[in-house]
Amino acid sequence: MARIVVVTSGKGGVGKTTTSAALGTGLARAGHRTVVVDFDVGLRNLDLIMGCERRVVYDFVNVINQEATLNQAMIKDKRVDGLYILAASQTRDKDALTDEGVARVMEELARDFDYIVCDSPAGIERGAMMAMYHADEAIVVTNPEVSSVRDSDRVLGILSSKSRRAEEGREPVREHLLLTRYSPERVKQGDMLSVEDVREILGIDLLGVIPESKAVLNASNAGVPVILEEDTDAGQAYQDAVARFLGEDRPHRFLEAQKKGLFGRLFGS
Amino acid sequence: MNLLGYFRSQRKRSAKVAKERLQILVARERAGAHTGGPDYLPALQEELLDVIRKYVEVDRDAVQIQLEKEGDYDILELNITLPDSHR
Repeated sequence: MARIVVVTSGKGGVGKTTTSAALGTGLARAGHRTVVVDFDVGLRNLDLIMGCERRVVYDFVNVINQEATLNQAMIKDKRVDGLYILAASQTRDKDALTDEGVARVMEELARDFDYIVCDSPAGIERGAMMAMYHADEAIVVTNPEVSSVRDSDRVLGILSSKSRRAEEGREPVREHLLLTRYSPERVKQGDMLSVEDVREILGIDLLGVIPESKAVLNASNAGVPVILEEDTDAGQAYQDAVARFLGEDRPHRFLEAQKKGLFGRLFGS
Repeated sequence: MNLLGYFRSQRKRSAKVAKERLQILVARERAGAHTGGPDYLPALQEELLDVIRKYVEVDRDAVQIQLEKEGDYDILELNITLPDSHR
């Protein structure tokens, strides 16, 4: 039976799609058949981050409306075996994701995959609720910044009350914190919330910390999931996070500020 | 700490302020979400504030309302902080 993982945050622009692409790629590379589903109907972005935007023929909504089969709509990744992408539709009809339709697609995917990664849209509107509803696990992507932390807490509340697991009174959704755009230098100066601060406020397990990194923008420019950029800090941090997700015990890296020279210490900020 | 940082350290570090604000906010929002307070609570809070202000000068956040469930009962907890001069 497949595990359904939602990548969510409430706030926009914190790195949900980057994380979905990295997680899906990492899981597939570890030998698990994985599909990444873009729930951001109206604003399709996952295909672009994963570099398959020109191969989208049918999308999630086509499958829901039974205008295409899953096999027709899923895009097979060319770099990693066992990795598939289901693109979001660009329709502006926000009711395109029906409860029954999404449930049917999830059920069908669960028969064929080990992991279903649901890339949630920002906000707590329909698309986001649908992405969260079926989840067994949730990766809550958070920036060390007040509005992001607050939104993450709201999302955690929704997961514990409105998810399918909550409604059916089953074991709750397993929640993981992924802190992104982390800048150890600014934390050291006292200008940014630390990992410990955020963990203490949200009260969930830490899956990983992704440092603020040029590699993320470079990878998205090229349409390559950043986890495949193996010699970058962000790429390695995502590899660690996926390994931890799969149960491996790895120490957290990139939490300490780089040592500066004398000039930097006197005048750097 | 660098030279600039030395002078800046006189004021409270912003991360500390952020953490304190978040802790208060999150605690309040969680309490609200769990009881699922009725929609009239904010209006009730506003009107109570108006009444109190007829007699005492208080801040906007001087009146705290919380609805808690205890078994079959709903308990409306009202917390009014009066300024020092009125004690």
